[in-house]
Amino acid sequence: MSTIKDMTDTHNWSGQRLVTADELLFEAPREKHFMTGSEVLKEAVKRCTVDASVSYPITPQSEAAHLIGELWAEGYVGVYFRGENEFGVMSEVSGCATAGARTITTTSGPGTLRAMENFPQWSGTRIACQLILMARGINSPLTIQPDNLEVTFMLETGCMIWYAENVQELFDMTIAAFIVAEKPDVHVPIVTVVDGFFVSHTRESVMLPADDIALFPYEPYKAPLPPIDSETPPGRFLRDPFVMKSNYISYATHASWQWEVRSAVERSRPYAKHFLKGLVHVTGTEDAEIAFVTCGTASNQAKEAERELIKLGVKTKVIKLRTIRPFPTEELLEALEGVKQIFVPEFNVVGWLEKEVKTALYGKSDAEIIGGPRVAGGMSMPAEAILKEVFEHIDAEKGA
Amino acid sequence: MANQGPAYYSPYPAALYDGVITPPEGKALLLESVVDEETAMREVARVMLTSENATIFPGPQVLYGYNEEAKKKATLIKEMSEVLNAKMIPMYDYRPKYPKIDAEVEINPNHPNLTIWHNNIKAAIFIGVHCHYANVALKMVRCETDCYTIAICSMSGHEDAMATLRDQHSSELEKFIKIAKEVKAELGK
Repeated sequence: MSTIKDMTDTHNWSGQRLVTADELLFEAPREKHFMTGSEVLKEAVKRCTVDASVSYPITPQSEAAHLIGELWAEGYVGVYFRGENEFGVMSEVSGCATAGARTITTTSGPGTLRAMENFPQWSGTRIACQLILMARGINSPLTIQPDNLEVTFMLETGCMIWYAENVQELFDMTIAAFIVAEKPDVHVPIVTVVDGFFVSHTRESVMLPADDIALFPYEPYKAPLPPIDSETPPGRFLRDPFVMKSNYISYATHASWQWEVRSAVERSRPYAKHFLKGLVHVTGTEDAEIAFVTCGTASNQAKEAERELIKLGVKTKVIKLRTIRPFPTEELLEALEGVKQIFVPEFNVVGWLEKEVKTALYGKSDAEIIGGPRVAGGMSMPAEAILKEVFEHIDAEKGA
Repeated sequence: MANQGPAYYSPYPAALYDGVITPPEGKALLLESVVDEETAMREVARVMLTSENATIFPGPQVLYGYNEEAKKKATLIKEMSEVLNAKMIPMYDYRPKYPKIDAEVEINPNHPNLTIWHNNIKAAIFIGVHCHYANVALKMVRCETDCYTIAICSMSGHEDAMATLRDQHSSELEKFIKIAKEVKAELGK
């Protein structure tokens, strides 16, 4: 239990010593723990000097929102409250962030869709909040199982989208996400996705730094739009809602505004490269002929299949995408050099990642792109299913 | 900013889509090139001193005296305008102007091209404008005018300007004024 204190130059209100993201992520000693994704998210938030969190802690999405509430009770989170529904939650997140608070919430597919209008509004107002999306698919029929269909709805909201494979990545990404999103030239919302249940509810080993250190607080006065501040100019004069209702505004304003939001997402690349140690992670054979392009837990399953294929003499690699927005086209192209066939295994029926990969590679790669295997609605994706898909397209004796 | 001159809205009005992003710390941007800060300062001074109707657009962060740094910067910007023989037209807030902007006395990020057209401005410095509104305005200016835009930014800079100086606080403004005086003497202006 922490005691609430005044923020100083060296310590936050819960008495944690303030450190840079580099120290927290790369330099501080770590110890091994055994935790679920939800528990790990609590540990990450605990070390982020979070000002506000709003929740709609619906069962059975995950325990994450509830656990952030515990952090508030323990004195690690400034403000915590419950919205009436997911639309309310995301609107309240917007209010907190616009007022200059480092803000986080968490949801999954149904909540995401109910709150949908808020996400482009978040990016349009250039708030740097974080949404942890524990993907579980879209109703109907009602799903409480792993499926990442909702990610396709988020792709063009103007938010950054990162995808974690496991609890370790969820911990590290949650911390890095605040720092990258809050860069003045980026400053758009970030959606950190993990596959629900496979990550949120599954216990794994994870390396964590001590909990007596935390990120420096968010600096709202570096934001690209002035934070709402009723006492200090210039903020108090400037934050009128922008409305495209008038003939007196150039239509170019709205166009330019949209380009700017998308430019801001692109500006995150060098920062994300640093904090994520690359926008893609590649495993397997350097001169591979077949490649799996994946994100999330599909990466883990693809790596199982990769091991089997390499045993069979098939040169294989897995290219795990850490960021979806911005999409790591250059890094993907580089990793695909020499590859003849690309498989995109996914936990959804529509194949949104396959579409993304095809769009990025159109006219730039001669490799054949095979969307599959795909599982959904809570099905698991055993390595055997991936191997079956591969062997329908290649001769194991000859390779690709 | 890869090319100067009207880019219109097709296919991309954003410099980022030409592969230009904000300069790294300690550096500046001149068009698409990353250069040393001093090189950029010299070029900015030269452009301002040799362009028709060169103008400084100070924004709210230097127009309201809400802290000591803002007051100091405002004083330096006044000196800068005298050294550069430049006019000053303020962007004092970001609200669209109803029913019509007075383009002689102010600039607004929602229709910055009107002020530039009306005053036939061929080079302009944006300073003290919050980054989002500076970027929105700079994209429109790039699309609609042939004005050489310069962003003197206290944060990370602006790739949509033709010249970008980043992390510019009062000490950097003092350095720029000193360089501008030297360039002015060299040009005999």
